[in-house]
Amino acid sequence: MDWSLLLTQLMNGLQLGLLLFLLASGLTLIFGIMDFINLSHGSFYMIGAYFCGSIVARGGSFLVAVLVALVGMFIVGALIERVIARRLYRADHLDHVLATFGLILIFDAIVHIVWGPSGMAIPLPAILDGQVTLGSLVLPTYRLVIISGGLLVAAILSVLVTRSRLGMMIRAGASNRTMAEALGVNIHKLFLIVFAIGATMSGFAGMLIAPITEASIGMGNDIIIIAFVVVIVGGIGSIKGAFHASILIGLIDTLGRSYLDDLLKIFMSLDYAETAAPALSAMLVYILMAVVLAFRPQGLFPPAGIRA
Amino acid sequence: MTRPLLRTNGLCKSFGGIVATDHVELDILPGIIHAIIGPNGAGKTTLIAQISGALKPDAGQIEFNGHDITSLSSSRRAQLGLARSFQVTSVFMPMTVLENVMLAVQGADGHSYRFWRPVHKDSEMLEKSMGYLQQVGLADRARHLAAEISHGEQRQLEISMALAMKPRLLLLDEPMAGMGLEESSRMIRFLAKLREQTTILLIEHDMDAVFSLADTLSVLVHGSVIATGTVKNIRANPEVQRAYLGEEHA
Amino acid sequence: MTAWFPSSISGRCYCVLLVLLAVAPWIFQWTDQPFLLDLLSRGLILAIAATSLNLIMGYGGMVSLGHAAFIGIGAYCVGIPAYYDLYNGWFHLGLTIVVSAVFALLAGAVSLRTRGVYFIMITLAFSQMVYFAFVSLEEYGGDDGLVIYLRSEFPDFLTMQGPVALYYWIFATLLLTLFLVHRLVRARFGRVIAGAKHNEQRMQSLGFDTYRYRLTCYVISGVTCGLAGMLLGNFTGFISPEMMSWIRSGELIFMVVMGGSGFLFGPLVGTGAFVILEQYLPEFMKFLNPSWLEYWHLPFGLLLVLLVLFGKGGIHGMLSKLDSRTRQSDR
Ligand SMILES: Nc1ncnc2c1ncn2[C@@H]1O[C@H](COP(=O)(O)OP(=O)(O)O)[C@@H](O)[C@H]1O
Ligand SMILES: [Mg+2]
Repeated sequence: MDWSLLLTQLMNGLQLGLLLFLLASGLTLIFGIMDFINLSHGSFYMIGAYFCGSIVARGGSFLVAVLVALVGMFIVGALIERVIARRLYRADHLDHVLATFGLILIFDAIVHIVWGPSGMAIPLPAILDGQVTLGSLVLPTYRLVIISGGLLVAAILSVLVTRSRLGMMIRAGASNRTMAEALGVNIHKLFLIVFAIGATMSGFAGMLIAPITEASIGMGNDIIIIAFVVVIVGGIGSIKGAFHASILIGLIDTLGRSYLDDLLKIFMSLDYAETAAPALSAMLVYILMAVVLAFRPQGLFPPAGIRA
Repeated sequence: MTRPLLRTNGLCKSFGGIVATDHVELDILPGIIHAIIGPNGAGKTTLIAQISGALKPDAGQIEFNGHDITSLSSSRRAQLGLARSFQVTSVFMPMTVLENVMLAVQGADGHSYRFWRPVHKDSEMLEKSMGYLQQVGLADRARHLAAEISHGEQRQLEISMALAMKPRLLLLDEPMAGMGLEESSRMIRFLAKLREQTTILLIEHDMDAVFSLADTLSVLVHGSVIATGTVKNIRANPEVQRAYLGEEHA
Repeated sequence: MTAWFPSSISGRCYCVLLVLLAVAPWIFQWTDQPFLLDLLSRGLILAIAATSLNLIMGYGGMVSLGHAAFIGIGAYCVGIPAYYDLYNGWFHLGLTIVVSAVFALLAGAVSLRTRGVYFIMITLAFSQMVYFAFVSLEEYGGDDGLVIYLRSEFPDFLTMQGPVALYYWIFATLLLTLFLVHRLVRARFGRVIAGAKHNEQRMQSLGFDTYRYRLTCYVISGVTCGLAGMLLGNFTGFISPEMMSWIRSGELIFMVVMGGSGFLFGPLVGTGAFVILEQYLPEFMKFLNPSWLEYWHLPFGLLLVLLVLFGKGGIHGMLSKLDSRTRQSDR
C-alpha cells in the first residue's frame, strides 16, 4: 500500500469535505429555519468565484479580492432574500424547487452576460502557488490554505452558533420556529442574516476552489446536489450534522474513486471490477443518502428538539 | 360472561416526560356503548390513537376479537373492523361530501386496485354512499364540498364515514366537540340508535350526553383508569367524585 | 358531462388542440415546414413524460425531482440493444417496460417511505445514481452518449420509419397515456391516490395501505415515462446521460406546473409552452439584439419565478377562470 498516496487522498477528501461544509452549513440553516429549499444556493458559489476573479483580474491581490468579494456576497444574499426568497417561505416545497430553479437560470444567464461564456482563470499569488513538504509528503500549499480556510470558518461558525446571541436565536429558530417567535426573536431580521451568511459562505467556497478549477458558468449546479445530500445525511437544520456529514461524504467520494476498484477486485474479476468501480464510486454518496433516509429519516445528527 | 370485543393489556405511552397512558386495562364488551371520561389531557385521544394504530404503544397489548393486533398497521386494523372518528375534524376538505363517504365505502369493500371503472358511474357504490349520508341526515349536502358545509355537518360526515366502513367497533373521539346545543342533542339521539348496529367506544366531555348514552363508563385520570362500572356505580364512586366529578360538582 | 363535446371553454380548447395535433403532419407538409413537425414530435414526447409525472405529482402529491431518470432508462433500452444491432421494437418495448418497472419498484419502495422534502431529495438521489451509472459505462459511450443508427423495427406491424410515421407513434402513445390517466384518476385506485395526497393518515384509518397504492402509482408513472424515453431515443437517434440530469427533471416539473398540475391536459399545455419558449425565446432575444441570442435563459428564469409568485394553477388555471358555467374540473 502506498501510504503517501493514501495521505494525499485523505487530504483531498478533507478538502472536498470542507468545501461541501461551506455550502451545506448555510443550506442546512436556511432549510432548517426557514423551511426553504434553495436549489440556487450553488449559484452563490459561482458568483463568489466570479467576484473574486474579476477583482484579481483588475490587479487586486488574492486576499483583498476574497475579502471584498465576501462583502459583495453578503449583499447579494441579502438582496435575494428581500426581493424573492422572503415571498416564498410560506409557499410549498414544489414552489421552492421551481422558483429557485428559475433563479439558477437567471444567475447563469447574468454571469454569461457580464463575464462571457468562457471560464475565468484566477491566478494564485506566488506564495500560495508552491508546495510544502511534510516529512515524505509533498502537498500543494494552496491545498493547505483551503483546508485551513474551511476549518477556520467551521470554527468561527461553531463559536457563533454556540456562544453568541445570534447563535442562540439561530438554534431556537432551527429547532422550534414558533417558540423562537414567542421569545421575541425578530424573525424577519434573523432570516435575512441567516440567508446572507449562507450566501457568503457558499461564495467563499467558490472563491477557494476557483484558482484550482477556474470560475465557470454552472459550476455550482453539481456540487449543490451533493451539498443537499450532506444536509439530508447530517440532519436538516444541524450545523454539527452538516460538518460530520461533509467530511464523511468528502472522504467517501474521494477515497471511493481511488480505492474502490482495488476493493472490488477482491470480490470479482479484474474486468468487472474495472467497469463497476467508476460507476459505483460515483454513486456512493447517493447510495449513502438513500440508506440513511431509509433507516434514519431524520438524518444522522438531527438538531436537538426536532420531533422525529 | 361474554368475551370482550376489545381488550387492552397494560397499555403504556409517554411523550418525553409526560405519561399519557399508564398501564391501561380496558375490556369493551360487544353490543354496548362504553364511554371514557376524564379531564383534558388525561390521555383519552392518545388511548384511541393506540387502539386505532395511529400511535405505537411503548408497552402492552391490544386484543381485538380475540386476536393480538398490537403490531398491525392502522390500515389492517381498519380492515378488521375498527373505525375511528377524529377529535379534530379530518374529512377530505377539497372533495365533495359524497366523495368523502365513497372513499370510506371503498375502504370497506376491500382492495381498491381497480383501475378502469370511474367511481361516479358505479351506481351500487353511489347508492350505498347516499344511504350512509341519509342515515346522518346529510343527503341534501352530498354535492357540496366538505369545506363548504358547517362544522356540525362535518362532524356528522366524519361519523357517516366511520359507519360506511361497517365497523365492529366504532371509536368516537368527542363527536360533539364544537357542536351547538341542537346539533348535539340530535347527535345523541343518533348515537343511541347506533347501539343496535355496532359497539361504540365513546369519548365525550359532555356529562349529560355520557350519562344518557353509556352502558359502561371508565374514568381516565393522568393516563390511568381509576374506575370502571355502570353510570350509577361511577356516580357513586367516592374516588371518582374526588378526582374528577368533584371539580364540577363542588 | 357525458355529452360528446365538452361544454366548458377549457374542455373545448383541449378538444380542438387534439384535433389539430392529429392533422398537424398534413398541415406542415402542406406549408412545407418539416422542421415544425420535428419540434412537435419532441414536444409530444416530453408531454408524455410530463403527463406521467403529473400522475404522481399532480394527482398524488409526490413531488419527484428525479423523473428524467425514466426517460434515460427508456432511451438506453433502445440504445444498448441497438449498439448490439438488435433493432426489434417489441424487444425494445418489453425491455423498457421491464427495466422501468423494476427501477420504479426499487426506487419507489425506498423513496415512498419518506415524505415531503425528503421524498424530493431521495428521488433526486436515485436519478443521480442512474445518471452516474451511465456516465461511467464507457462501453456505451459514457459521458459522450450513443448514436442509434436505426429506429426500432416492428415487423408486420406499424413502421416507425420516417418522420410522419414516428409522429403518429408518438401521438398515439400520448393519447393512450392521457386516456389511461383519465380513467385511472377517476377509478377507485385514483380516488385512493387523491385521498392519500390530502390526508394520508385518514386514508389509513379508512383501511387503505397507502404505501402500496402509492408504490403502484409510482410504477405506472415510471413505466409511462420510460415509454417516453424509448420514443425520445428513436426520435433523436442520439442518447446520452445528459437526458437524465437533474436539470431535465426540473424542467419536467416546470412543464407540469406551467400547464396546471393535477389536470389532465395541464402537462400537455405546459410542455407546449416549454418547447415554444425554448425554441423561440432565443430568437426573440436575437430579434431584440443580435448579441443577446444566448441570454434566453434570463427571461425564461424570470418567467419561472413569476409563475410561482403570481401564476397559481398554471395555464389551465387561467383557462378555468373563463369557465364560469362549469365548476366541474378533472380533480
Ligand atoms: N404528539 C404528542 N407529543 C407530545 N405530547 C403529547 C402528544 N400527544 C399528546 N400529548 C400529551 O399527552 C397528554 C394526553 O393528551 P391527550 O391524549 O390528547 O388528552 P385528552 O384527549 O384526554 O385531552 C397531554 O398532556 C398532551 O399534552
Ligand atoms: Mg382529546
